[in-house]
Amino acid sequence: MEALIADKDEITWFLACRVEDVPADGGACVLLNGHQIAIYNFARRGEWYATDNECPHRQQMALSRGMIGSQGDEPKVACPFHKKTFSLRSGQCLNDESYQITTFPVKVTDGMVYIGLE
Amino acid sequence: MNTGNMQRVVVIGNGMVGYKFCEKLVAKQKNGQRFSLTVFGEEPRVAYDRVHLSAYFADKTADELTLAPESWYAENGIQLYLTDPVVDIDRERREVRSHHGLVVPYDYLVLATGSGAFVPPVAGVEKDGVFVYRTIEDLDLIQSYARRARKGAVMGGGLLGLEAAKALLDLGLEEAHIIEFAPRLMPRQIDDAGSGVLQRQLESLGLTIHLSKNTQQITGEDTIRGIQFADGSILDVDMLIISAGIRPRDELAKASGLDTHPRGGILVDNFLQTSDPTVFAIGECAVAHHMIYGLVAPGYDMAEVVAARLMGEEKEFKPYDMSTKLKLIGTDVGSFGDPFISEPTGRTITYENKAKGIYKRINITPDGKTLLGGILVGDAEQYHMLLQTCKNKTVLPPNPEDLILGSRGGEATSAGGVMGLPDDALICSCEALTKAQLCHEIGENGHTSIDALKKATKACTGCGGCTPLVKDLIQGVLKQQGHYIRNVLCEHLDYTRQELLDLVKINHLKTFDEVLDKFGQGDGCEVCKPAVASLLASLWNENILEQGRATIQDSNDRFLANIQKGGTYSVVPRIPGGEITPDKLIVIGQVAKKYGLYTKITGGQRIDLFGAHVGDLPLIWEELINAGFESGHAYGKSLRTVKSCVGNTWCRFGVQDSVSFAIEVEDRYKGVRSPHKLKSGVSGCIRECAEAQSKDFGIIATEKGWNLYVGGNGGSKPQHAQLLASDVDKETCIRYIDRFLMFYIKTADPLTRTATWLNKMEGGMTYLKAVVVDDVLGIGADLEREMQLLVDTFKCEWKEVVDNPELRKRFTHFVNVPELKDPTVEFATLRDQKRAKEWK
Ligand SMILES: Cc1cc2nc3c(=O)[nH]c(=O)nc-3n(C[C@H](O)[C@H](O)[C@H](O)COP(=O)(O)OP(=O)(O)OC[C@H]3O[C@@H](n4cnc5c(N)ncnc54)[C@H](O)[C@@H]3O)c2cc1C
Ligand code: SF4
Ligand code: SF4
Ligand code: FES
Repeated sequence: MEALIADKDEITWFLACRVEDVPADGGACVLLNGHQIAIYNFARRGEWYATDNECPHRQQMALSRGMIGSQGDEPKVACPFHKKTFSLRSGQCLNDESYQITTFPVKVTDGMVYIGLE
Repeated sequence: MNTGNMQRVVVIGNGMVGYKFCEKLVAKQKNGQRFSLTVFGEEPRVAYDRVHLSAYFADKTADELTLAPESWYAENGIQLYLTDPVVDIDRERREVRSHHGLVVPYDYLVLATGSGAFVPPVAGVEKDGVFVYRTIEDLDLIQSYARRARKGAVMGGGLLGLEAAKALLDLGLEEAHIIEFAPRLMPRQIDDAGSGVLQRQLESLGLTIHLSKNTQQITGEDTIRGIQFADGSILDVDMLIISAGIRPRDELAKASGLDTHPRGGILVDNFLQTSDPTVFAIGECAVAHHMIYGLVAPGYDMAEVVAARLMGEEKEFKPYDMSTKLKLIGTDVGSFGDPFISEPTGRTITYENKAKGIYKRINITPDGKTLLGGILVGDAEQYHMLLQTCKNKTVLPPNPEDLILGSRGGEATSAGGVMGLPDDALICSCEALTKAQLCHEIGENGHTSIDALKKATKACTGCGGCTPLVKDLIQGVLKQQGHYIRNVLCEHLDYTRQELLDLVKINHLKTFDEVLDKFGQGDGCEVCKPAVASLLASLWNENILEQGRATIQDSNDRFLANIQKGGTYSVVPRIPGGEITPDKLIVIGQVAKKYGLYTKITGGQRIDLFGAHVGDLPLIWEELINAGFESGHAYGKSLRTVKSCVGNTWCRFGVQDSVSFAIEVEDRYKGVRSPHKLKSGVSGCIRECAEAQSKDFGIIATEKGWNLYVGGNGGSKPQHAQLLASDVDKETCIRYIDRFLMFYIKTADPLTRTATWLNKMEGGMTYLKAVVVDDVLGIGADLEREMQLLVDTFKCEWKEVVDNPELRKRFTHFVNVPELKDPTVEFATLRDQKRAKEWK
């Protein structure tokens, strides 16, 4: 299911999955370029996010199975293992400054979800 | 910064006490700085919490253990040099020289060099695989070595040794041995009887204990192979941690001509002054009142005294109480006051329960009026209360044995507890905070949460041992002020679980979004989502994965399986009452073989299959369901198992058929969602082989019927269930359980077990009995009806998933390559089966 679309701003967009593959207000994992990426369908806010699937705390491939929500206005995901939470916008860990994950831009068109990789 | 007219203080050692000194001095200088501070530390990192060092193996990182970040030192004008020990003190010129050659003059010098592990002069201690347990670097070395080791030992059965031995087990070693020279464990804190009980408890954790063992040499070429003892015996090990005591770091003081103790330590007076009045020594390197204080609380007190005296305050270091409570070891141990005193200076009361692994001893004055000290093993619930009673010389009740036995007869009394202590009782000994000070902060200054109090007073930030007392104090003060204490869920839902349950019910809400739109704000989080999921299930009992409810479940509920290390899941089919046919056993074996699963019998008499890939879960369950199994709900906050003994169908003592009753009970309550997990058991006679009294609800057969016990708990905080009804028939027993469970489901806070719920209940067991048995609230029939609804609407969740292609699709790792399993999942082999790979 891989496809490449070149964009103006030099991000390469990869086709990741269909909209219905990601449960509303939850996450799912895709494999892109050998990299595990977690995609979140934040339906309550009408927003999409993508981050590393790996939680940096104990290197578990788990964030796509985490629960999403907000802290103040900040959208976040909680790792199911030990409940470290990460901002979906910045990737900063919200309850332990020493952890950080990578976030990726997401685009949804015609029922398809695309992830932007450098 | 202008340091021209300031006096210079140099601190040698950036450990716990050295840091505390800086913190105290900074705080005292808030309104005008008089001293400039320079700190030399030998370790490569800033001061960290050594007391919780073992947590580094569990879930804490080095950063999390840090006491204050490096930036804190800079912000407060402290010149900090790490990885640069001081190697010389020139007291004539009043300057110190560091390893890197830095020379810094001082007006006052503070030695906070702590101690190192004492390594006895045994032949072979220099071999590879021999470690000490003191710094983060030590732990890194141990952890990486442990990956290749199978058998480990700890030399020294004291406080630290036991902690280190437990850590070896947690690191995955197959064997962990403790070697102690004395004839008992923790010889300085507990007596022979206590040691015996502790030994059995530790053995049940998997530790092997060798007492009265004199180590002669460590064998092996360059690497340790074993330990040889004076009695000729040999123990084969791959690694050894030496924990034979501490050796104060007085080498620098000695070299500069300061007075030291012949057995080690820098001699100081009541003001922590060494033989040179411009030089102080604090913490574990100092000998004050003829002793080394190997605990953090007295060290902090020393830091306070020196900081205060520099600022011109009158303060003196007083002899310190050496009471200890051991943490982290899986069994409670406490020792306080004078643990060993006996006739004629004191009277001793002991209580021992071998079966439960509990030993308690208190020493009281001959007139029975005051408490002198004591020992607690296996159950140290009363530790803090006893310690306070001892320290404050509180007059004892007429029957002092109540202190360790509790008030008997099953009726909970609302004990005086922490609110009954005198105002000057020391609650947080690390920070020297009295009850009056804390009450003031809570009551007058409005610091009504632990976090707020931590910030305002630093209470609970040292050893953490006072946290339960401080929590009680907060509740107590709020209650005194007439506050109604509400435990609201989180920032999104400003209601208690009980309030929300009523609102959801009255408004007939069925999804999380409906609840949030109507009663909350924001988008929810990992706290309120599962809490709402649980109460929706308790109210309506609809499939937890439908109508957008999947993503509000905890990960375990969302995948109807327990997530394990490495990201695979475990599968637990229900085996009611622990009874299983040979055919079903064969099916479990076949399924496990086919999907490569690790199998283990659980404590609840069923079989756990580990290591299932998320994508295999529906296939595995399909096979299990076809063979007649149902979900075991091991993943849910719901009924786990009803453990049973074989009862009168086989057992020669049995008086009733406990297995049949257990199966009936398990089938009735299976799948019912509750605030926390529920466990139960049924025994066929009073010998209690099913351990029903350690369950949330337990049933024991009598000649005339059944006794029902509730509110028991195993786990980390074991507690006995209390008798709710005796000699009742089956139908009555079920009615009472219906009412009890439903009352719990409706009124408990999220993630609160029945034991905690009952402990916190105003009126305790007496009140619960009034509600459940005497129906004083008149809700008995409602509770029964609500439970019956849940029973009637039970469906096996796994069967529904297996039969529903839409739901099945969610069980994949990669949604864009559904057939591919997570390639990062790795296993190791262990005893012919697999195990999860160790955390990295
Ligand atoms: C595993 C473990 C568990 C423990 N559990 C408890 C507990 O439950 N309760 C309790 O009260 N206590 C406990 N302790 C003891 C507690 O940690 C110590 O009492 C406390 O750390 C003492 O503080 P300190 O500053 O005197 O020494 P340390 O924390 O050892 O700090 C001394 C520092 O000085 C440095 N230093 C030494 N010489 C020099 C030099 N020449 N130049 C520069 N720096 C130097 C050292 O490298 C070290 O960093 C435990 C200790 C360990 C190891
Ligand atoms: S509890 Fe009684 S009936 Fe059950 S196995 Fe033990 S002795 Fe037999
Ligand atoms: S099964 Fe329970 S007791 Fe055992 S390691 Fe896991 S959480 Fe701890
Ligand atoms: S692995 Fe994610 S929080 Fe521990």
